[in-house]
Amino acid sequence: MSAIGLVEKTTAYFKDFKTWVALDSTNLSDGQQLAVKYFTVAVILFVAQILFGLLAATQFIWPGFLFEILDFNVNRMVHINAMIVWMLYGFIGSVYWLLEDESQTEIVGLKLGNIAFWVLTAAVTVVVLVYLLVQIGPGKDSSLWFINEGREYIEAPRWADIGIVVVMLIFFYNVVATFTKGKWSGIAGVLTLDLVALAGLYVAGMFYMTNITHEQYWWWWVIHLWVEATWEVLVGVIMAWSLMKLLGVRRKIVQTWLYIEVALMFGSGILGLGHHYFWIGTPEYWLTIGGFFSALEPIPLVAMVVHAVYDSGSHAFKNGNHPALAWVIAHAFGNFFGAGVWGFMHTLPQINMYTHGTQWSASHGHLAFFGAYATINIAFFYLAIQHWRGGVWMGEGTANAWRWKWAIGLLNVGVLGMTIAMLIAGYEQSFIERAVEGSTWGGYFTAQNHPSFQSAMVWRLLFGVVTAAGLGLLIWDLLTIGKGETRKAKVITQQ
Amino acid sequence: MNDEPLWASESFWKKVAIWVTAGSFLILVVLTMDSLSQTSAGGKRVQAYSVINKKIDYQYQEKLHKSIPVIGGDEFLFGQQFSEEEARQLVDLGKKTSQAKNCMNCHTLLGNGAYYAPDLTKAWLDKGWIGTDVREDLMMKFLMDPENNARTYGSNRKMPNLGITEQEAKGLIAFLKWMSSIDTNGFPYNFKTIYAEE
Repeated sequence: MSAIGLVEKTTAYFKDFKTWVALDSTNLSDGQQLAVKYFTVAVILFVAQILFGLLAATQFIWPGFLFEILDFNVNRMVHINAMIVWMLYGFIGSVYWLLEDESQTEIVGLKLGNIAFWVLTAAVTVVVLVYLLVQIGPGKDSSLWFINEGREYIEAPRWADIGIVVVMLIFFYNVVATFTKGKWSGIAGVLTLDLVALAGLYVAGMFYMTNITHEQYWWWWVIHLWVEATWEVLVGVIMAWSLMKLLGVRRKIVQTWLYIEVALMFGSGILGLGHHYFWIGTPEYWLTIGGFFSALEPIPLVAMVVHAVYDSGSHAFKNGNHPALAWVIAHAFGNFFGAGVWGFMHTLPQINMYTHGTQWSASHGHLAFFGAYATINIAFFYLAIQHWRGGVWMGEGTANAWRWKWAIGLLNVGVLGMTIAMLIAGYEQSFIERAVEGSTWGGYFTAQNHPSFQSAMVWRLLFGVVTAAGLGLLIWDLLTIGKGETRKAKVITQQ
Repeated sequence: MNDEPLWASESFWKKVAIWVTAGSFLILVVLTMDSLSQTSAGGKRVQAYSVINKKIDYQYQEKLHKSIPVIGGDEFLFGQQFSEEEARQLVDLGKKTSQAKNCMNCHTLLGNGAYYAPDLTKAWLDKGWIGTDVREDLMMKFLMDPENNARTYGSNRKMPNLGITEQEAKGLIAFLKWMSSIDTNGFPYNFKTIYAEE
């Protein structure tokens, strides 16, 4: 087929698809139109995350699978990078979505914001293609600048780092200029300060250092202070706004809670960073500081559960978007269990000595990222799609409601199943590789070859497939829910 | 509303949030400055790069309940003594290579990374290299041609050929040797070095 023929065919498919989904973009404001672009890419990257996760999980069982074609390190890198980036896309989209409503004015510099979206998306595409096609380079600066930096979670090459910072500055300009033109609120203030920290911290991870202790020190500034501090606060902001919209909770209540959460989150999370400084060469006082503050980290997550459940209960769960509310509740519990409980279980140095660098961390990582961040993004996708369909009813009696219910069920069971499988593997590794064998390479492989580890990896793959099925169903539901629905959702006002 | 209790006051919690955040961050900055100065290469916790000229071993301290690094006499790498600058350059090449080859998405370094392949923190001291007389040679062969010198320990997991050059392999070995001397507060527990007697 000629190239032109291919383009024509693709265009035709795309047109058919647009007719089929039948979404009317005139229902969206300009800011919301930009937001749904971010959401669309987020979902595509979510698919990539799961796909490459499945490939990597398969390699644990059949190590010869795709050997020297797509090696484990490539699949794993795309798996975790796609995750970080889709969640960021979701957050940025959510902020663009709520910006006009919160500031009571239209977005300042939206054109620039649109350009930034396309620049970022093009950059992400190039980065992923290079990951897949070039993969690695020689031990030179040029490899770190143009292929990958080889640092878990922030592998993106340096050129892309700079691009990301520029795009973040544009995003930040949109947010601040819009609030300044319109009106500021408590939510706006917390959001702005949080974005300053979020963007500023990224810069801490943009330097090469020979000294690996120093390098990992700053690397954790980015990773930890993102996911265990600034991201949590960002999610607090999104959740605060969502609870007002979904349930009509009073602004004074959500804002007061937000301040309490910020105090607890930063009060425990900033110095909780210390739990990453136990074993990288840093001084011993981090054992005490990191142990103490990270033990406090679950407290704000308990507060968030109380907040969400209390508000939902006090409004008798009455709302016109059941899937969104269900995912908000899943978020509150997922955040508490995944980030809070699973984190606390191995955060004290006395146990972390044995669990650090085992499947324990992977178990915690899966439940925490899903529970804390995937869930709230999905909740927001449902809010967006409801609006996109013209504010239709998505509560009791929605057509094909089995889809969202099965999707939330499969995704939660899938991730929880993987989490438990990896926890078992992690226990086994901590005992056999660490405590008994003293962490030699021989000990490592004795643990990896152990039947309980091997069967855990099989279960992990199976539950990964369940997760993938849930994601497939979720996407189908997002594209079709509310289609043909004529009842309008009641606009919820604050009580 | 003057009768509003303090704990329900929005402005009170706003102030608390600001002070707690600022205070925590300030403490972190101070601790960061101290940690960075205590861990610069050449200090007690993180050795100078020229430690690659020395024998590195660990000794279990009953009182502390952990192993601490012991830097011994000369034990040259590749039969050569490196100046501080030469050593830094070689370790730097190794570190850069480890990033360019994306080692961290299979292995862990200082316990951080992926869990598909063994931890590299004390790889230089691992008993898997059989003896100190063959260690450098085995490591070179393994790094440059991992398929034909696979060390799978019955797991079928093999390191792919990463196109590592001879110079890069030397750099990686120097980097691993230097990293093995970092005082990691006893992590990993109960590690027996290649020098330890059974």
